[in-house]
Amino acid sequence: MTSDVKKPNFGAVPDAQGRFGVYGGKYVAETLMSALDELETLYNRLKEDESFQRELDEDLARYVGRPSPLYEARRWSKQVGGARILLKREDLNHTGAHKVNNTVGQALLAKHMGKKRVIAETGAGQHGVATATIAARLGLECQVFMGEEDVRRQALNVYRMKLLGAEVIPVKSGSRTLKDAMNEAMRDWVTYVDETFYIIGTVAGPHPYPMLVRDFQCVIGREARAQCLDYTGKLPDALVACVGGGSNAIGLFHPFLEDESVAMYGVEAGGHGVSTNQHAAPLTAGTPGVLHGNRTYLMQDADGQIMHTHSVSAGLDYPGVGPEHSWLKDTGRVNYVVANDDEALRAFHTLTRVEGIMPALESSHALAYAEKLAATMSPEQSIVVNLSGRGDKDIHTVAQIDGIEF
Amino acid sequence: MSRIAGRFEQLAEEGRKALIPYIVVGDPRLEVTVPLMHALVANGADILELGVPFSDPMSEGPVIQLAHERALANGASLRDALAAVREFREKDDTTPVLLMGYANPVEHMGHAVFADAAAEAGLDALLTVDIPPEEVSGINTELQRVGLDNIFLVAPTTPDARIERIASEASGFIYYVSLKGVTGAGHLDADDVANHVARIRKHSSLPVAVGFGIKDASSAASVAGVADGVVVGSALIRAMADTLESGADIQSAQDAAVGLLAEIREGVDSVTS
Ligand SMILES: Cc1ncc(COP(=O)(O)O)c(C=O)c1O
Repeated sequence: MTSDVKKPNFGAVPDAQGRFGVYGGKYVAETLMSALDELETLYNRLKEDESFQRELDEDLARYVGRPSPLYEARRWSKQVGGARILLKREDLNHTGAHKVNNTVGQALLAKHMGKKRVIAETGAGQHGVATATIAARLGLECQVFMGEEDVRRQALNVYRMKLLGAEVIPVKSGSRTLKDAMNEAMRDWVTYVDETFYIIGTVAGPHPYPMLVRDFQCVIGREARAQCLDYTGKLPDALVACVGGGSNAIGLFHPFLEDESVAMYGVEAGGHGVSTNQHAAPLTAGTPGVLHGNRTYLMQDADGQIMHTHSVSAGLDYPGVGPEHSWLKDTGRVNYVVANDDEALRAFHTLTRVEGIMPALESSHALAYAEKLAATMSPEQSIVVNLSGRGDKDIHTVAQIDGIEF
Repeated sequence: MSRIAGRFEQLAEEGRKALIPYIVVGDPRLEVTVPLMHALVANGADILELGVPFSDPMSEGPVIQLAHERALANGASLRDALAAVREFREKDDTTPVLLMGYANPVEHMGHAVFADAAAEAGLDALLTVDIPPEEVSGINTELQRVGLDNIFLVAPTTPDARIERIASEASGFIYYVSLKGVTGAGHLDADDVANHVARIRKHSSLPVAVGFGIKDASSAASVAGVADGVVVGSALIRAMADTLESGADIQSAQDAAVGLLAEIREGVDSVTS
């Protein structure tokens, strides 16, 4: 479906309607439309406002700990025997993942709107933790919606959120994972729309969320581009990032989109394999539809019902994907591929043992694909992999798979 | 004239308000949907609103969410909703029927395919919760082609300029959502509803029906005093679910819903215009 004949204008999306080509938009109930319009107006003003940008940069530097390092995984690269593998260390951010880049930004928007309460959906719990963290710092009331299944497999993050003063609300409907947490957050937002700011954790949801979350995450790619030029003297040959909703991936990719020599790979969760239905790879195996406020690739059945997904990593266990990725897929600019559960788990162990870095299971999907890709490349070439988060939260899951009970 | 416009005109002449029950296709069982539709009409329904089962009913409260889950477990889908309308029309060619649902099943079927199938089945209108006027052009073209009404929501948060825009796209009637929240929530503030209905009337001459939060004869009466129609959903669905849960059979469940509707009809009719 590479329909665009002329070169796509990567800087011109979304348009005023929030569309990335045919994707995106604002598919929500009428009750929320005014709140979205208000957010869009405010964001468009603040994004040009120097004092807002200064406030954001200050938070990113002094609270989040940016810039995050670009680290060359020498021993691992040598073992793989191909390209140099450079890791963008988002795992070293405060709270341990890239999610905080976005929550810091959206919390500043909430502050400017005078909202006293923030809500969030979370899968792995990283976005919930990042939201609870910023809420604690700003003295905001915070409630986090989390599928019951994820509450179970991410118990550590649930307790972290509670320690931070947030209330975690287990969601018992549907598949009891991230998609249902998002449904419930939307229901809460409709009910308390006047006093509540909904901090969406990925580049999905209705316009303007996919745009503003992308903008807040682009700090990853801007830094990585400068760091790579500085460190290797040239641009990387390839970028690799995992794709759940797609925020860490778009944050890395976006500042490189005009660099034609840079290949890009978004890695979806292959679960038990894309031929099994037990996966979370809508770009690889889905079709376009409408969910959670936007048009995008979805995993759906013949009746247009959204399918249950499976991934060993809670943060990738989502049947949709940010609309900009759908557009980037159709334009052919980004390659979307999969890594299965077992490949991700192997990469988790490899990086831990070979580099002393324990990656999140989400990020492990990117590592698994990067390993295959690097092996086909030469030592003069380099790959930047987004190490989107650290793996502490996943130790329980990994231990269980290895048959260990605490 | 569409069946919906005709029905509102007839009711206005009689000085009565429209009672619009909502049920989910396939809940509690697929085979009771059509008999239930006829029973609702026999007990006071003027227009029928059928919920199309969806995996992610984002605007529904717990009662209707569970109805969607039961309907999906029974295998019900948009196709079954259209089949129910077709079967209903074999015996009732006058009561207007609208489908209420979410964008994706209709998107997946395709706008044109849906419109043709809907017209053929004898459907009168579509209400898609997550298609605001900003996103409506594709489906609206097709609905207009086959002469179906497109029902839009107006919320307490909708400013006047948006009401104007919605009124320009809407036909049949306007559905005012009585509260900020999901279906089945909270309780109704009749004065507030009256103010908002008056606001809508400044921008549209279409009838205004009110839904979300009407659960009994008295709340229905207070809404009927200010609007042209009253939508009741969660209360009927809960009546059926509670009856089944208590161990009674499916006929008793249907009787419970129909009995409640008859009471609500009395509430609505206690108001004459
Ligand atoms: C560490 C980490 N990486 C990636 C993701 C996936 O989200 P996204 O695709 O938006 O980056 C998550 C989500 O929870 C995460 O915690």
